[in-house]
Amino acid sequence: MQGRIARRYAAERRFRLLGLGAVLLSGLFLAFLLFTMVGNGLRGFTYTNVEVPVDFKAMPLTVDASRLSDADADQVIAGAGLADIVAFAADEALGDGGSAMISENAWKEVRTAIKADPDLLKGATVFHLPTSSTVDIAAKEGAKGELGAKVDALERDGKLSTGIHWPFFRNADATDPAVAGIWGALKGSVLTILIAFLIAFPTGVLAALYLEEYAPKNRWTDLIEVSINNLAAVPSIIFGLLALAVFINWFGICQASALVGGLTLALMTMPVIVIASRNAIKSVPPSIRDAALGVGASPVQVVFHHVLPLALPGILTGTIIGMARALGETAPLLLIGMRAFIGDVPSGVCSPATVLPMQIFLWSDEVDRGFVEKTSAAIIVLLIVLLSMNALAIYLRNKFEKRW
Amino acid sequence: MTFNAAALLLLIAGLALIGWLAGRARSSMLAGRAGAKLHSRPQYHGWYVALWLFAPAALFLAVWSAVSPGLVTNTVLASEAAKELPAFGFERGAILSDARNVATGRQAAVRIPAAAPLVKPYADASHTYAWIGIAAMLALALAGGLYAFTRIKPDFRARTRVEKIVMLLLLVASLVAILTTFGIVLSLLFESIRFFRLVSPAELLFGTNWAPTSGAPVKDTFGGIPLFWGTVLIGAIIAMIVAIPIGMMSAVYLTQYANPRVRRWVKPCLEILAGVPTVVYGYFAALTVAPALREFAVMIGIPNASTESALAAGIVMGVMIIPFVSSMADDSINAVPQAMRDGSLALGATPNETIRQVLIPAALPGVMGGILLAVSRAIGETMIVVMAAGLSANMTANPFASVTTVTAQIVKLLTGDQEFDSAKTLAAFALGLVLFVVTLLLNIVALRIVKKYREAYE
Repeated sequence: MQGRIARRYAAERRFRLLGLGAVLLSGLFLAFLLFTMVGNGLRGFTYTNVEVPVDFKAMPLTVDASRLSDADADQVIAGAGLADIVAFAADEALGDGGSAMISENAWKEVRTAIKADPDLLKGATVFHLPTSSTVDIAAKEGAKGELGAKVDALERDGKLSTGIHWPFFRNADATDPAVAGIWGALKGSVLTILIAFLIAFPTGVLAALYLEEYAPKNRWTDLIEVSINNLAAVPSIIFGLLALAVFINWFGICQASALVGGLTLALMTMPVIVIASRNAIKSVPPSIRDAALGVGASPVQVVFHHVLPLALPGILTGTIIGMARALGETAPLLLIGMRAFIGDVPSGVCSPATVLPMQIFLWSDEVDRGFVEKTSAAIIVLLIVLLSMNALAIYLRNKFEKRW
Repeated sequence: MTFNAAALLLLIAGLALIGWLAGRARSSMLAGRAGAKLHSRPQYHGWYVALWLFAPAALFLAVWSAVSPGLVTNTVLASEAAKELPAFGFERGAILSDARNVATGRQAAVRIPAAAPLVKPYADASHTYAWIGIAAMLALALAGGLYAFTRIKPDFRARTRVEKIVMLLLLVASLVAILTTFGIVLSLLFESIRFFRLVSPAELLFGTNWAPTSGAPVKDTFGGIPLFWGTVLIGAIIAMIVAIPIGMMSAVYLTQYANPRVRRWVKPCLEILAGVPTVVYGYFAALTVAPALREFAVMIGIPNASTESALAAGIVMGVMIIPFVSSMADDSINAVPQAMRDGSLALGATPNETIRQVLIPAALPGVMGGILLAVSRAIGETMIVVMAAGLSANMTANPFASVTTVTAQIVKLLTGDQEFDSAKTLAAFALGLVLFVVTLLLNIVALRIVKKYREAYE
């Protein structure tokens, strides 16, 4: 008897430990995931620069100073052969193969500096230019062989410096990790989500109000309910197929743009918003409605003056969570052409755009090793945005939600 | 002068605001002067005027933006300069669009010399039609506004009319969901039927060779079985082997053992796991998990281990599904009446025995429904398999080999550079239809089980 009780208690302890183990295991997965991303990604926010003195007295750049403030100053400077001058200066400063050690876009930094201060052309200046991505990786991780020796030598001379990689926050996508950035994707994401919100939020809330407050019990209402519940469970890629067939091939809306992306995500998020809104509306007690009706409000006034304001915190919480999910969505956007390489920051809702998750996907496919840390850095940015959206939703819920 | 729909929409919205103010002011003035009581409060009169001003003009704007480009092109084609154009074909379209881009200011100069004489007719025609459109729109807005404005009287029932329109708006909003469902079903069906004219449905569903090629469909290259098997292997077998035990045990621990403080901290952590975007999971699977698994496989001597393995995608997908399974199990266990638990404990069963022999059997239908929902979510998941599972259609039970799934193939078929009508592209829609039907059935069955079970305890 005693033995059996001991066995049963032992089983009880084992079972409990198993449960704790399961919870810890999922926590461990999360920690490992975040740790890997942060470990890889933090280095993506910095970049290695190298000191290169450029002497414009020895190698004059022949441009008319008056044209440097023109709109086409970029082409004027490029046409005057600045790239060759900078490459030559790098060869002189860093020894043979020096021009391969700086980024192929390094001269554009010099160009920006010249445009800001044309007097630079009269003398010699030391520029901190971005290194090529192989040198950058060698400086961060250490490397063997000839390249490693060169980088070590530069480091001893104090010519290498590491700074925050501003182009990463300022630029759109590029083939060179030294100048590739997430600003284009971030702006595309903001435009896309804004469009999705402007369509899905009013539609979703109005539909929820109708279903919860006015809808008669008949076959049509059942059909609406069934389709909303099913749409919430349809795989996201199906929405991509719908958008491709309807928005692009049938309506001919501008392909790969924030507009089509936003429309697609709006269709995808709307059922989520409807379901969250219905729960919020349901939790407003009937006594509120009865009281308003009792003092002579019309049914529309009851809903818009009393029920909706009381349900709004819950509705907003659900909407923010739905929007956060849409922001992290990639699959449907792959099908509507947002996979293309886009080197410009999108200028409007109809211009070709990409979004942050798509940028992560595109960079994860890149061969250049410099993109590995850029991918993780972009993931960190995306996770920070998503987590702060979720935190905002939780804050709203705790601050404004009433328990009746 | 070009036709800018967004700016014009803003313009009539501004006019509507003026109409709102005017309607409100007039109704309160009438009430003051006549001393009569208004039927509706002044702002309803304002809304009535604003709606009459805005709605017809906005409708016209929508129609006109769709129609006017065609009218402009017709006018240009009727002009003298257009007689030089090639009769039809690609070149004609290119010249026209070149001229249009210059005329609307989208590019600075013509790229095709033949387009140059067309620029002026284009600019003139779009100018004319833009003015016609704007004038008609403003006339409609003013007419609507004036009509509504003259109807304002103290006993005019503005509120009931405005409320009718609001109700209509609510109904339309809820119809969007039906429209989307129909859109999905129709577009998938339509493109799939076109595909099934080229390739028989039986081949897609039961064929065992998947090697689609461009151009005319070759026999026996559209067999879907390898894809279906890959989808099942990753989504329904490997992912569930990871997600079900961990998710269930987490739910049991959190509902039965953990104290409220732990619960309050652990639950949001699980929710974070659910909120991580799938592309991040995919990158994690491809960059970290897959190479590690490959090394492990080589170490224990498994042949043809690939860097893109079913196991890597399945494990990571399972992790993604854990919070989903756990919250479904949580709900089902909580729905079991407290009396059953108390009764079992009172008879001397340990908590562990109560959970295993009373709670879980009682919660089983709900848990099963939750698992079906989880499977449906796993087989529709795209990014993890695109990034980690690979694209080679293998029929293998070896989890270290590379397999492909329905979703990964849809992405592959639609992101290449092929024309829209090829069998390859249409096949993606047929695969989408299969996926849609399967997930729909899983969801219907699961929801039915969950609902029935809830009713049983109510």
